[in-house]
Amino acid sequence: MVTMTYGEAAKNALHEEMQRDPTVWALGEDLRRGGVFGQYKGLPEIYGPDRISDAPISEAAIMGVAVGAALSGTRPVVEMRFADFALCAVDELVNQAAKARYMFGGQAKVPIVVREPMGMWRSSAAQHSQSLESWYTHIPGLVVVCPSSPVDNYGLLKSAIRCDDPVVYMEHKNLWALEGEVDNNDPLPLGRCRFLRKGTDITLVSWSATVHETMAAAKTLNDAGASVEVIDLRTLWPWDKERVFDSVKKTGRLIVAHESVQAGGFGAEIAATVSDVCFRELKAPVKRLGAPRVPIAYAPPLEDTVRVTAAMIAETARKLMKM
Amino acid sequence: MTADPRAPQAARNLDLDRLLAHHKLMWRIRAFEEAALRANTDKLVLGAIHPSIGQEGVAVGVCSNLRTDDILASTHRGHGHTLAKGADPTAMMRELLGREGGTSNGKGGSMHIADFSVGMLGANGVVAANIHITAGAAHAIKLRGEDRVACSIFGDGAINRGPFLEGLNWAKVFELPALFVCEDNGYASTTRTADMTAGKGPAARAEAIGLPAMEVDGNDVVALDEAVRDAVAAIRAGGGPRFINAKTYRLTGHTAADPDGYRARDDVAAAWKRCPITRLAQTLADAGVRGDQLASHERDAIEEMDAVYDDAKAAPWPPLSRAFADVQDVGDPRNGAY
Repeated sequence: MVTMTYGEAAKNALHEEMQRDPTVWALGEDLRRGGVFGQYKGLPEIYGPDRISDAPISEAAIMGVAVGAALSGTRPVVEMRFADFALCAVDELVNQAAKARYMFGGQAKVPIVVREPMGMWRSSAAQHSQSLESWYTHIPGLVVVCPSSPVDNYGLLKSAIRCDDPVVYMEHKNLWALEGEVDNNDPLPLGRCRFLRKGTDITLVSWSATVHETMAAAKTLNDAGASVEVIDLRTLWPWDKERVFDSVKKTGRLIVAHESVQAGGFGAEIAATVSDVCFRELKAPVKRLGAPRVPIAYAPPLEDTVRVTAAMIAETARKLMKM
Repeated sequence: MTADPRAPQAARNLDLDRLLAHHKLMWRIRAFEEAALRANTDKLVLGAIHPSIGQEGVAVGVCSNLRTDDILASTHRGHGHTLAKGADPTAMMRELLGREGGTSNGKGGSMHIADFSVGMLGANGVVAANIHITAGAAHAIKLRGEDRVACSIFGDGAINRGPFLEGLNWAKVFELPALFVCEDNGYASTTRTADMTAGKGPAARAEAIGLPAMEVDGNDVVALDEAVRDAVAAIRAGGGPRFINAKTYRLTGHTAADPDGYRARDDVAAAWKRCPITRLAQTLADAGVRGDQLASHERDAIEEMDAVYDDAKAAPWPPLSRAFADVQDVGDPRNGAY
């Protein structure tokens, strides 16, 4: 059992996977200085410039080169710096990485991990704060991972690197310093949710940083006498449908909470699917909590108005439970 | 950029066996494209096809200098490149018809034709996308310490997309074993490239990024063969990336459906006289090759590709389950899969 931060957990995972597999290498802007968030610190000295590679500010080239290198026997870990900047490389990710295996009839796979630090972070404003995970769930071929804790960032990054599919791996920028215990050295399975709390009255599903708001809400509700089940989805595609269904069939109530815009967010997919499959067991309408459909503002009070908070989650849960 | 200093064809020492092979391969490409156009007329190729008739010299001049384990990434107009890289035309034609046994089992069609077994990493439906993929393949080759070369062939339209700058810059910064060939047919889709392009053109842009760049007549397969041979040798020896602008002309429309109303008929008719096959045939005839030998290349190629088309017509559709195969390892793509 070792305590480490969310950022260190990912660094340790990458370090161990690079030791384990000589075909793994990382490329991105400023990686030789340890990455813009320090998440690669120490690795350049160990692995040299070939395997922890700097790159020009050419997101499309970084992504496209990774695709070509993945089709040629290596396993690139792509650093996009901010999820927002990955939009400069959408053709390379969506038309190339996600399609190559299928459109070439299975002649090759594209084992790349695309790290896209996401989410609101200290007045970063409209172009450095977005949570666009739902976009990628819509693209056949991609895996989408949004870890919320050090232990998951460690185990899921390992799995993402070992996965032969292109994985969009979205770490939340506000979580880099979050400490937690990492209890083993094994990869964690993609597509498996984590139960953070077991309960019988209501199911709360979330991912990434919103998991921590959800847990705070669950504590408040628990103190008020409700039995709350909290699921950290961890992987958005594929998502752990069976376990979410089982939970909702037991509790009869569901709230999906996420930082990204509510309209067209992945909460909509979960809500629609659960409403279909668990209709008979539902005791209340399925609720979604996401951001309003506005860009993220710079001024802290304006930024805060679009956040999904523990208080909002708890209040919505109380209404569903008529508390 | 260096102008081609070579002497006219007639004055050169010609490797006749090699040039006869080039002549034969160009005819095979021409006959494949003619068969594909027939398949289009017969409504058996339902998607878009972009014939390379008139541009066979580039495919042959470039690919004849690549080893099977060298990498090629191509464009939407990729049949000729793929065939010249060594792919089986039977599997290619089946792919164009969307049939079982196609190069991609009927899932890619003409615009995504690929044969990884001969180092052909795919035609690409997005203009210039193959430039990054080539840089990536070359990057992997360098990381693995291999002596292979990665090559991309793209059109002149591609030089106005970002990957031209980003990919060439990348290849030069990392001194990658990459050859970039601009197959310059003068048209970006149906628009004259010169009307939409600032500056002095593809080779000047490549040179500005630091790549040794050369202008070659892509319809003179003898000249292009030599230029590519030298470039590939330099790249394989560790000399870093190189650039060749190969001037050519597309003798048909942009796609099989393009009536080509934007080019004067006189210009197209004149271009037929500069067709790379006709020119090489003249060179070979001047060097004493018998006319019936050259004619047999045409006849054999047409016979081969007719048989290829007949085979594809008779081939079955892929099983429907194939629609759900090779999507990804993780997760089930079917709706309601729980």
